[in-house]
Amino acid sequence: MKIYDLIIIGAGPAGITASVYAARKQMDFLVITQDIGGQAAWSGDIENYTGYQFITGPQLTQKFEEHMRKYNTSLKEKEEVLEIKKSGEIISVKTVKGDYQARAVIIASGKRSRELGVSGEKEFKNKGLTYCATCDGPLFSGKVVAVIGGGNSALDAGLQLVKIAEKVYIINNTPKLNGDAIMRKKLEDSKRVSIFNDTKVTAVLGDKFVNAIKIKRDGTEEIISLQGIFVEIGLIPNADFVKDVERNIQGEIKINAHNQTNLAGIFAAGDVTDVPEKQIIIAAGEGSKACLNIFKYLNSKTFS
Amino acid sequence: MAKSVRVYSTPTCPWCIRVKQFLKDSNIVFEDYDVGTDQVRAEEMIKKTGQMGVPVIDIEGEIIVGFDKEKIKSSLGL
Repeated sequence: MKIYDLIIIGAGPAGITASVYAARKQMDFLVITQDIGGQAAWSGDIENYTGYQFITGPQLTQKFEEHMRKYNTSLKEKEEVLEIKKSGEIISVKTVKGDYQARAVIIASGKRSRELGVSGEKEFKNKGLTYCATCDGPLFSGKVVAVIGGGNSALDAGLQLVKIAEKVYIINNTPKLNGDAIMRKKLEDSKRVSIFNDTKVTAVLGDKFVNAIKIKRDGTEEIISLQGIFVEIGLIPNADFVKDVERNIQGEIKINAHNQTNLAGIFAAGDVTDVPEKQIIIAAGEGSKACLNIFKYLNSKTFS
Repeated sequence: MAKSVRVYSTPTCPWCIRVKQFLKDSNIVFEDYDVGTDQVRAEEMIKKTGQMGVPVIDIEGEIIVGFDKEKIKSSLGL
C-alpha cells in the first residue's frame, strides 16, 4: 500500500490551511473529510478574520476551498474516518471507503453540535427540530418555538427567533442563563419570550412533525405545544475515531505547543484540540503550525 | 432543453448560499423560493420532502435535500 508523508483529516479552516502548507512544502499528502469548511461554512457574518472586514461564512469557505484546490490537492470528500491506528512508524487511517497509510497525520476534524439525547430527537430532526437556527429559523415565522440551552449560541438563536416567531420559550437546565448580558436582557425584556431555568427536556413529541416538547421543572413534567425546537447546547469534538490519543475532560485532543499528541507522528489542530480559544483564525494558524512541525518531524526521522 | 430547477431556501442559511452559488457558477438557470417569507412555497417544500430542512433542490421532480454536490451534478449531467 502507498505510504503518504501526511494525511490530513478534516477540511475546515485548520485542515485546509494545513493542506496549503503541505502543498507548498511539496509533501506527498491526502486530505480526507466529510465536508468542506466545517463550522466556518455555517457561520453567518465574520468580521474578525484579518484582511476581511466583513465576509460571510460561505464566502470565506469558498476562498479557503479555492486556495486548497489551487494546488491540485488529493481530496477525499464525504468520507468518514472510522479509526486511526499506529503500528511501528506507520499510521493507518481506516475510513468508510478504504484504508490509507501515512508517516504523519493531522487530526483537524473540528466539532459538531451536541445532541439532547432524549426520545424523539432523532426521529424529528429536520421535522421541526434543528441544530441550525440561522438556516431553518425563517421557516418558523408566526409559530411557537423553543430554544434549548442557555449560552451565547442559545441566546443568539433566541434573538433571531424573537423577530419572527409568535412565542419563544428558552429552556435552560442551569439556574440562570449564561452568555452576554446585553443579549440576556433583550430576551428577558421581550413579552414574547418565556425563560424556564433549571428545566430539563425529557422528550420531543409529534406525529409527522414536532408538535410538543416534554419538560421537567420543580420535579413535575409538563407538555408545551409548539412547532419548532432549536437545540443550542454546545459542541462536542469529532474525535471518536481516535482511541489511543489522550483527550481532556471535554473530549478534546490534548496537544503541546507543537500540535503533537501523545503519539509521535499524530498531530492535531483547531477546534478538535484543547487549544485555548476556538476561532476561525486560530484554527487556521494551528493548521499551519501543525504542518510546519510535521515537516520538521518527517525530516528528523529516517523511515525504513 | 435545460431541466427546470427550483431551489427552496432561506436568505440566512449558509448551505443555501453555497447551492445557489454552485448553480450560478455552473450556468444553471433556477427559480429561487424564499420559504422564510413565502408560506405557500414553504408548504410545498414540506409536502414534497416530508421535512423542514433547507435547502431543497427540485430538478424536474427529482428532490435533493441539502447541498449534495454529487447528486446535483449527476442529475444535471454536469
